[in-house]
This record gives sequence, structure tokens and C-alpha cells, in this order.
Amino acid sequence: MDHSQTQHTNRQYEEELRGLHAGLLKMGGLVERQIAEAVDSLVERDVDKARQIIARDAEVNRMDIENDERCIRLLALHQPAARDLRFITTGLKITTDLERIGDNAVNICERVLELSQQPQLKPYIDIPRMAEIAQSMVNDSLDAFVKDDTELAEKVIERDDEVDALNYQIYRELLSYMAEDPGTIARATQILFVSKYLERIADHATNIAEMVVYMVKGRTIRHMDRKTERP
Amino acid sequence: MAEKLIARGLNAYFGSNHAVRDINVTINANRVTAIIGPSGCGKSTLIRCFNRMHEVVPGARVEGQVLLDGEDIYAPGVDPVDIRRRIGMVFQRPTPFPTMSIADNVAAGLKLNGVALSRSERNRIVEHSLRQAALWDEVKDHLDRPGTSLSGGQQQRLCVARALAVKPEVLLMDEPCSALDPISTARIEELLLELKENYTIVIVTHNMQQAARCSDFTAFMYAGSLIEFGETKQIFTNPTRRETEDYITGRFG
Repeated sequence: MDHSQTQHTNRQYEEELRGLHAGLLKMGGLVERQIAEAVDSLVERDVDKARQIIARDAEVNRMDIENDERCIRLLALHQPAARDLRFITTGLKITTDLERIGDNAVNICERVLELSQQPQLKPYIDIPRMAEIAQSMVNDSLDAFVKDDTELAEKVIERDDEVDALNYQIYRELLSYMAEDPGTIARATQILFVSKYLERIADHATNIAEMVVYMVKGRTIRHMDRKTERP
Repeated sequence: MAEKLIARGLNAYFGSNHAVRDINVTINANRVTAIIGPSGCGKSTLIRCFNRMHEVVPGARVEGQVLLDGEDIYAPGVDPVDIRRRIGMVFQRPTPFPTMSIADNVAAGLKLNGVALSRSERNRIVEHSLRQAALWDEVKDHLDRPGTSLSGGQQQRLCVARALAVKPEVLLMDEPCSALDPISTARIEELLLELKENYTIVIVTHNMQQAARCSDFTAFMYAGSLIEFGETKQIFTNPTRRETEDYITGRFG
């Protein structure tokens, strides 16, 4: 929400819009922490930490429902238009993307529980790098949301390619492990899943960034070729 | 999409008060165009210029052109009464003639225009107009009762029927639902969708949701000027002008 804008004549409406804004940011902060700690638990083989993260997902889900309810209440009671309408519909989508990111962090932790029962296959190098990029994409997409910064949003969208490339690199590396020694297949597959979850997190951050462009400019860039802006 | 009504450099004054300022706008045929804006922004005055009703106010005058099918309605020699027949108007409060029956109310415009009709022809027009105004089924069994015996919503539809009886091309509506309850309002809005097949409609409304629901195009006016004109779906999702944005999102005043 652009705070430079004149305030609403209806103060209740203004407050509810601000409440939605704050709710989304709070959820974003929690979800970022979930990603970071999930990858820490993988690297540190820390089963307790993984379990804590899984338990904390209930809070992410609760925030998702709260944000949804805020959006529905705003739509039902205030008949929003223009910029406000785009903000609220963007909020509905962002909360869903954040909730999914939270689920992906949980999925990583579930793999950690299984991987921790077996000897480590290889040192983790690319996975933490990938996690760092994905997490910063989530952070920047929310930053772009807060500041109405479409340039930052576009940068987030561009960075998705880096994550995709890392995902493919990890896949090829693990494939070579499995081809060499079928005994590694169970563990390699688990790690492959982790890589896929991180790749999905980056996709959700990209969705958020695309919605920020829509919210600010009223222009849809989803499902478009990035250069030509055509489907 | 044909252009039905075009305002060019239109200015309207009440004495020294410059109420409508240099308006250029095109009203498309068979579409509903809504005019929105805060009180006193000149929207009612604008539509009154569209059928030469503005000039009947003492001290009021109009400059500029209003083209109906390309012909200036303010050109010398144009009969304002003929223009008002071709461009009908429905007002904020229902205004049935109090001493007339329902049927006589509908036929009043024909009589005033000096149209001589047979009894059966008159009855046919009354029925047709009431059907078009979605009122026929409710009043067909008591057409001789006074127009004022109807409910507010029915009275407003009676006024629509009266306006339609003289077969206008354009229907101007000045806040036609502001005195009606939500159900009657919904009926009028539904009626607009049916009527636009045969008529060009311009509606002034304070109710932005009404403009959003039932119009194809929206004009936003402020302080006598036309700030933005565009397709309704664009105006309500992504207006170009900051003033429009502020008004429709309730950041005004």
C-alpha cells in the first residue's frame, strides 16, 4: 500500500487495508525464517530443529487464513476499486504463495528426518546457495510489495533462471552418483526432492513479484514472454 | 460502435457560474454511459445540456456543440421540443402526473407532442412502453388507477415508460435510483441492460457501484471538467488519472 497516497475518508477501511498489509509482511517474515532454518537443519542434520519447523507451520497456516479473511471482509464490506482492488486481490494471491512456500519448507524438513538416519551422501554446497537465492527472492519480492518497487520485482523474476540452473546442475550431479552406485539412489532422490522444493519456492517468489507489477501498474505480466510481453 | 451523441467544446453557465467547462465527449450508441463525480461537479448540468433542458433555467446558457447523429442540436432553427422527444429524460425522484391514471401518464408525452392516435393504437403504445419498462405485469389489471398509487420503484418505471412512449433515441437518467430501495434499484439496473439494445443511455449516478455494475463507459467529472472517460472496467480497475483513482477509492474531500 502506497503510504504517500491520501488517506481514505473512511478510517475503518484505511485501518483494515493497513491490517492486511501488516499481516502479509508478518507472514512473509515467518516464512523466510522457515526456509532458512529448514536448510540449516539439513546441513546440520538437526532432527530436533526440523521437527520444530514442521510444528511451526501451523502458525503459517493460521496467518494464511487470517489474511484470506481480511481480504474477503474488505471485498464484501468496502467494494474496493482501482488501486485498492488490485492491492486486495494481490493480497489474496500472495498469502497463498507464502503458505505454499511454508509447505515447501516443511517438505524439506521431512526429507531431513529421513536423510539424517543415513550417512551423509556428499557435502552440501549448491543446495545452501540455492536456498540463499530463493530466500532472498522471497525477501525482495516482499520488499518490492512494500515499496511499490516494480524494478526490484523485475529483478526477482530474472533471478528465477539462476535457481532453475542450479536445480538442473544438482540433478545432473546426483544422477552421476546414482549411475555410479545404485546404493545412493535412496539418499540422492531425497536430496533431489529438496532441490525441487527450493526451486518451487523461487517460483512462488516469482509469482509474488509478478503480482506486485500488476498491483502497481495494473498490467499483467504473468505467463508472458519476458522480452516481448506476449503470451 | 456508432457515435450517437458528441459534445464539442461544451460549456454551461448559470449566470456567472461556469458549471460545465469545455467538455469533449462521445456517447456511443446502444451503450450505457455513466457519469460520476462529487456533488456539484456539473454532471446533472452536463446531461441537461444533452437535451436542451439547461437553457430553461433563468440566466442559464450553453456554449459549444452537441451533435446528435452528427447534427448540432444547438444550431439555429432546431426545435428544442423535437430534441427533447428524441432525447428523453428520467429524473431523480419519480414524477408521475398526479391527476392522471397509469395509462394516461404513459401516453402523456404523445398528447403533449400533439400526436393524434386511435384508442387501440394508444393502448398498444401504452402496453408496449410498460412492457419495455418492466412494469406491465404489475399494473396491467388496473391501468386506470392514479400513477401516484404505485410504489416509488414502480413510479420510476412508470416514468421510464412515459419517456419511452414517444420513442426517443437517447435516454438520459439523472440519478434514477437515488430515491429507491435496493430491490427497485436492481430492477431499474436490469432494465438498463434490456433497454440499451434499442436506446442509447446516459446515467448520472452518485452510486459508484451502480456505475460499475450497469455501464459500459464511465465519465468522471470534477469541478465542471471531464477528468477521465473510458471503458467502465478500465476506470474501476486501473484508472489513468490520480483524481479518478482518489474518487473511486474513497479518498476524497
